[in-house]
Amino acid sequence: MKNLERRRVLRAMALAGTVAATGLLAGMTGAAMAQDRTSVKIGYAISKTGGNAGGAGITTLPNYKLWVKDVNDAGGLELPDGKKLPIEVIEYDDRSSAEEVVRAVERLATQDKVDFILVPWGTGFNLAVAPLFDRHGYPQLAVSAVTDKAPDFVKRWKKSFWMLGGGHDYANALASILADAKKAGTVNGKVAMISVADGFGIDLVTAARPAFKKAGIEVVYDKTYPGATSDFSPMINEAKSSGADAFVAFSYPPETFALTQQAQVAGFSPKILYLGVGTGFPVYGKNNGENATGIMSLGGIDPNNKMNAEYRKRHEAVTGVAPDYWGSVITYASLQMLQEAIKRKGLDKAAVSAELASGAFQTVLGETKFENNQLRQLWWTGQWQNGQFVGVMPADRNGASKVILPRGDWKKK
Amino acid sequence: MSRALLSVFVFALVVAVLAYVPFIAGSYGITLGIGMLGYVTLATAWALFSGPTRYVSLATVAFFGIGAYTVAVFSENMAYPLLLAVAGAIGLAVALVVGLATLRLAGVYFVIFTFGLAELIRQLVTWYEVNVTGTLGRYIFLPVTPEGIYWQLLALATTAFLISWGIGRSRIGLALKVIGDDEVVASHCGIDIARVKLALFAVSAVLITLVGAIQAPRWTYVEPTIAFNPTVSFLTLIMALLGGANRLTGPLLGAVPLFMLFEWLSANFPNHYSIILGLVFIAIVFVLPRGVLAFVEENWRRWRKSGVKNLPAVAE
Repeated sequence: MKNLERRRVLRAMALAGTVAATGLLAGMTGAAMAQDRTSVKIGYAISKTGGNAGGAGITTLPNYKLWVKDVNDAGGLELPDGKKLPIEVIEYDDRSSAEEVVRAVERLATQDKVDFILVPWGTGFNLAVAPLFDRHGYPQLAVSAVTDKAPDFVKRWKKSFWMLGGGHDYANALASILADAKKAGTVNGKVAMISVADGFGIDLVTAARPAFKKAGIEVVYDKTYPGATSDFSPMINEAKSSGADAFVAFSYPPETFALTQQAQVAGFSPKILYLGVGTGFPVYGKNNGENATGIMSLGGIDPNNKMNAEYRKRHEAVTGVAPDYWGSVITYASLQMLQEAIKRKGLDKAAVSAELASGAFQTVLGETKFENNQLRQLWWTGQWQNGQFVGVMPADRNGASKVILPRGDWKKK
Repeated sequence: MSRALLSVFVFALVVAVLAYVPFIAGSYGITLGIGMLGYVTLATAWALFSGPTRYVSLATVAFFGIGAYTVAVFSENMAYPLLLAVAGAIGLAVALVVGLATLRLAGVYFVIFTFGLAELIRQLVTWYEVNVTGTLGRYIFLPVTPEGIYWQLLALATTAFLISWGIGRSRIGLALKVIGDDEVVASHCGIDIARVKLALFAVSAVLITLVGAIQAPRWTYVEPTIAFNPTVSFLTLIMALLGGANRLTGPLLGAVPLFMLFEWLSANFPNHYSIILGLVFIAIVFVLPRGVLAFVEENWRRWRKSGVKNLPAVAE
């Protein structure tokens, strides 16, 4: 009898717990305060911990902080009536989990009722939250997302903006550099290529294979390696003996750094050296000094753009780290576009989205404008020259530096 | 008899109330509900096999990921119900193969193997995608609303609960308890150990696979690192253990409060989440080593005893 009673009590507790939790859900969704506006709420969920924290901590988060400081130091976000309201930030850590980033953005939209949401870091996470941004009517300025499907996404989510191009753009630019160098007799037209078995590497290598073929470049070595590989000497040796004098690696930062070191140890000094993410980190130039010269990668800057140079200085002064040479400046420009669109249209999300899609904006990139909701004024290829990572492709773009090939041999330290 | 009827009625009522939640709760409430139901189902399914047999499995995310990936791969060429059936079937097939090969392992070897299994499947999927299809990362564009996902998960959680209840009251449940206590005794009693374990492992794996399959459309984009996130395995384990893996309502009582705690922590302490979480886990291990239910039962007994002792004094 007693046993039964105990069981009943336990069961009742289980039920009570479930019902209480449900009630809590319903209750939490209720309250919202209607007060006079004293601030503009801007929220974001970003990977502060977990596997994505490295990338987010270099390209995205410092720029969010810098922008908020810049705006608040200037008195706040300006609205169409000239009134200025300070930004109030609500920040969550998505812990590099897709489920968590979805929940955090949902929380920002429905619980915190923020005025605008800034994007998370990474292609996958930007896609994971895209339906939410769309459903709740927020413009999504997706920066750290390299995707060839942007034109499709734009049709699906009308308020989404894609700002870093797709794998084909980067691969085609590289192919045309290689083709030109072959035509000029600088290289023999044979290329050795390795790529990381992850979203980024696969995207680029699948775009590069047909692009190289079309450009008349022969791929004599083509290998994929698992993420977090640390020993590249077998691959470097095979590439060295393959007869190729151009080496391309669609790699992630740890591998980019390792490859640079191990190629020097192995005495492998191809005339064209193209490495992946990480090449554009300021620390890469610092660590490799003279040896970085001539190495190419994705991204780049216009060294003569004064606004960009000034931005780089301020970024380093405020956040303590220098911005990278690829996504950082785009991230900051995306925020400036948002700021300017708010100044023109106020806090109405739909009007701001429409303004973003159609307007032209002055940013640290110069005059910036979306084409079909995509940013196309990008540097597809950059090269280390004189201690700066400068944009070399598209060659006909204003401010493009001339690509210098072949790169010199490794300097002995 | 009437008590049984009553509990059936209460159970049905709770399910009905939960099914009604999407109509009153906002979209955030539904999001929370999805996460909670997902983990309740995972923890219940995990405890279904690991509770009685005491085989600690870290393969949860292997099956969860298989479900998610199956949906991602076939989402464009199949009707949705068929998609779930195929996901379940693949989960079942993998569970049978893996179960046949490994349920002879015991103790820590089984733990290590299951942890490796998740990684193995992730690498296999990656290898296949890289070398055969040449794309990594797949898009899921299915017209499934959050409400739809919520109701599907609720149905799945209810099913998991009923299966767990049914097994606990059947011959196979008894057989499992014997196996958990002593395998040698069990085999001497004439229990076909391998078959019983395999059957349970398969049922549990199919349920877990379905959770992954149902939740996947929320992500839009799936790649192996997203689908096979090992945290899922650990959280499931901790939730089931917190509640008490040997009891029917244990996983539920572990999953709901822990999920609420995670949510509360990440909303209010985004920067100290991991630290606080670590402290909470340590506290759980020290204060509730055998789960909430066992803790409550013990204290209930103690309280009853002291209550009985005090009673005469009051009566006098």
